[in-house]
Amino acid sequence: MTSAREEILRRVRRATHDVPKDERPEDIPVERGYRKEDDAPRDEIVERFAERVAEYEATVHRVNEADLPREVSEALERRGVRWLVVPADLPEGWVPEGVETLRDAAQSQLSNEELDQSDGVLTGCSLGIAQTGTIVLDAGEGQGRRALTLLPDYHLCVVREDQIVGLVPEAFAKLEETVKNEGRAITFISGPSATSDIELNRVEGVHGPRTLEVLIAGREAPM
Amino acid sequence: MRVALFVTCFNDTLFPETGRATVELLERLGIEVEFPLEQTCCGQMHFNTGYQREAIPLVRRFVEVFEDYDAVVAPSGSCVGMVRELYPLAADLANDKRLAARVEELAPKVFELSEFLVGKLEVTDVGAYYPHRVTYHPTCHSLRMLKVGDAPVKLLKAVRGIDFVELPEARECCGFGGTFAVKNADTSIAMLGDKLRHVLDTEAEICTAGDNSCLMHIGGGLKRQRAGLRTVHLAEILANTEEKIKP
Amino acid sequence: MTIEAPDAFSGGKTPHFEETARESLADSQLRRNLGKATQTIRRKRAVAVEEMPDWERLREAGRALKSRTLRHLDEYLLRLEESITRAGGQVHWARDGEEANRIIAGIARSHGAGEVVKVKSIATDETKLNEHLEGEGIEAFETDLAELIIQLAGETSSHILVPAIHKNRSEIRELFMQKLGVEDLSDDPPDLAEVARLYLREKFLKAKVGISGANFAVAETGTVCVVESEGNGRMCTTLPPVLVTLMGIEKIIPTWQDYEVFMQLLPRSSTAERMNPYTTFWTGVSEGDGPQEFHLVLLDNGRTEVLADEIGRQTLNCIRCSACLNVCPVYERTGGHAYNSVYPGPIGAILTPQLVGIGKSGSDSLPYASSLCGACYEVCPVKINIPEVLIHLRGKVVRHKQDKGGLKGKLDPENVAMQAMAKTFSERRLYEGAQKAARIGQWPLARSGAIHRLPGRLAGWTDARDLKPIPEQTFREWWRSQNGSGEGA
Repeated sequence: MTSAREEILRRVRRATHDVPKDERPEDIPVERGYRKEDDAPRDEIVERFAERVAEYEATVHRVNEADLPREVSEALERRGVRWLVVPADLPEGWVPEGVETLRDAAQSQLSNEELDQSDGVLTGCSLGIAQTGTIVLDAGEGQGRRALTLLPDYHLCVVREDQIVGLVPEAFAKLEETVKNEGRAITFISGPSATSDIELNRVEGVHGPRTLEVLIAGREAPM
Repeated sequence: MRVALFVTCFNDTLFPETGRATVELLERLGIEVEFPLEQTCCGQMHFNTGYQREAIPLVRRFVEVFEDYDAVVAPSGSCVGMVRELYPLAADLANDKRLAARVEELAPKVFELSEFLVGKLEVTDVGAYYPHRVTYHPTCHSLRMLKVGDAPVKLLKAVRGIDFVELPEARECCGFGGTFAVKNADTSIAMLGDKLRHVLDTEAEICTAGDNSCLMHIGGGLKRQRAGLRTVHLAEILANTEEKIKP
Repeated sequence: MTIEAPDAFSGGKTPHFEETARESLADSQLRRNLGKATQTIRRKRAVAVEEMPDWERLREAGRALKSRTLRHLDEYLLRLEESITRAGGQVHWARDGEEANRIIAGIARSHGAGEVVKVKSIATDETKLNEHLEGEGIEAFETDLAELIIQLAGETSSHILVPAIHKNRSEIRELFMQKLGVEDLSDDPPDLAEVARLYLREKFLKAKVGISGANFAVAETGTVCVVESEGNGRMCTTLPPVLVTLMGIEKIIPTWQDYEVFMQLLPRSSTAERMNPYTTFWTGVSEGDGPQEFHLVLLDNGRTEVLADEIGRQTLNCIRCSACLNVCPVYERTGGHAYNSVYPGPIGAILTPQLVGIGKSGSDSLPYASSLCGACYEVCPVKINIPEVLIHLRGKVVRHKQDKGGLKGKLDPENVAMQAMAKTFSERRLYEGAQKAARIGQWPLARSGAIHRLPGRLAGWTDARDLKPIPEQTFREWWRSQNGSGEGA
């Protein structure tokens, strides 16, 4: 009795019998004539990122890296966050005094209920994509596992200027190593969650954090 | 340059005035036009409706009738579309490499009227006179298959006395689609309704296009509504001069 | 309770497009909603695409990548299986929908799951998974807002991307009040969304098994992705300890790098955004993050038949963006239900009959549900020449009727007429004779300068259009009168 696997492979081979036996996949030319890299000046790229993230109704602030703790503190206060979820390896000094943190560590993970009942989550990111206003998480440094940025209703995300790339292909290029070597999950976030299912009205926030706030941290004082 | 007129079975039988106008126009521009009497039909209706086996002899016939000319001109975007875009497929289906080669040679020499005038003869002012308010409907084949672009509009705007008005949502299909108009009559009529609405909104007196098939559909609808708006093929507008002021 | 209305994939006979279209064309609410929706998305899409100077290059790369993959699908399937297995996932193969359903139900049962949460997946609609699970005593909760709406309403989807487009807000309010037991509710979209959020949140947190589809899967790395807006995809693919993904075999792409093409083509073509809100890319299982058990179920269910047809093969390029639906003048007016398939619109008109097979049912009428305007081909991000495939499939339908339809097929009035006309066009004398005969023969129909009613099947024309009579003199008669019987001037 042939297994489903054998049967399907047999069908596929029969279906593609018109393909010459000695043809290799690479023999089918794929012209990658599209833009691979943005050669615009850095500050233009960073500014574009800020604009496009803001277009998705996320709150965006450009701040000085040295002022991060203060900016974080002010953001959390504006939002009224008392219980803040943080990944265990969040950079020291990002979290201000006076905020109760719920640290999520590999050995002691927060429960879904704890995540659900928190007031928000603070993370860094892997990349930002200026072209599309996208924040990329790769479950790497300062980001934590996926559930952390999914269940809380408020996500405060720090994006360093040097993490921002211009175009989508640049992002995939940068992520390639991580995916191939470690197979970690990647999440692209482009604004807070939204649906247009009710009469095509764009409604923010069905699942996932309904409020996304982004701090773009640079070396120099922003304009 | 030996130029042949491919009048199309449709025009030959139902819209001979379009064929006449095409000949007059080309002759006025100094082109000697020949009309090979052996021509019948390009086979589009059969091919597109699924009767591809039956269309192949018609494809062969067309190729045989026209392949010795330097250029073939037709006042029909859809028929030219059939020849240029689908004849290669037909030759493949017939498994006939020889036919495929002949099609490859002939196809680039077959032109829709406005393509021929603007692209080949490089003329936009054909010396026409047409003192009416006119709007233009770009037929799907000429728009998307042949990509004639703004050739027809350029030609129209150069006509003396014309009051040219843009058609809103012009790129939308009128709903004719060949046998679609009969097989899916309800949907065809729904699409026609919106096209008529846009045509009426232009307050034009005449709606023109490069295909009598679409014009028959649009014109038939306008007539049924007693809209008082007429359809006239592009060739007839361009053929018109002060000497022959058409009613 | 899930109701999956019988459609082309249910195994029985379905009505013809012309019949169902007639009904839906008369549905004023559908016409209004759908017309407005498709016009809106069309305009937005045009803006999103215009912004891209390299759009045509991306389209070409997309098409070429798909071609490369499909021509070597067996190799890529094996690579994918290997990559996923290496990354800690499990791969299953399903020859048809039934088999896929059994595999998925089996996994759910083995984990004692009485409830599962689902992300929208057209493939699961194709196989009628929900119905099957229900039969096994497993309740499947749809978590896309629109899918939730139609599930509660006991209806089926009418659009690939916006399935509840045919419902307005007050209908949705009614539904939620009734089925979700909500007492006081406005019809303001944000309030409606809030109700759905709370209801589903509870389900997400409790579910043992999540079920999803997949937009793409990379053979090289085993990375699968779900492209979405609401966040329920993230919920279903992250929270439950077990994840089962059903994916058509044509969704494979070769390498991680190739995402750079498709993740640019898809968002702008579907929701007309630069990027959709959320996309999750996962590779097998990740320790301490997300489901610890991942199953990918590869689905054939007719795809190998499509693959075998050299012209039809391009249909499998489809990335389910729905751009073709949004520009189709037919779909805009008839809506999705008229197609009697989970795949409506232009892509549905070519995919459905190929998956189901020609000569089986009403899906034979789908290739004719088009005026061949070509607007779909213009916007298809992976350059599927839909008009070409439509014409090709019409050929298959006709040949099947002629060759396998017996006497009835041969005597079909359309066939008879087409045969006669082909003969007429094959010889000049026959052709010219027919012209004269038609002119003479029309006199009973033509009164006062117009033909008001054509007989038989052609009556559809004169239902809404006047027809002018055949003129007195054909073009060639005029030519001869000017030039004698020769060809030259």
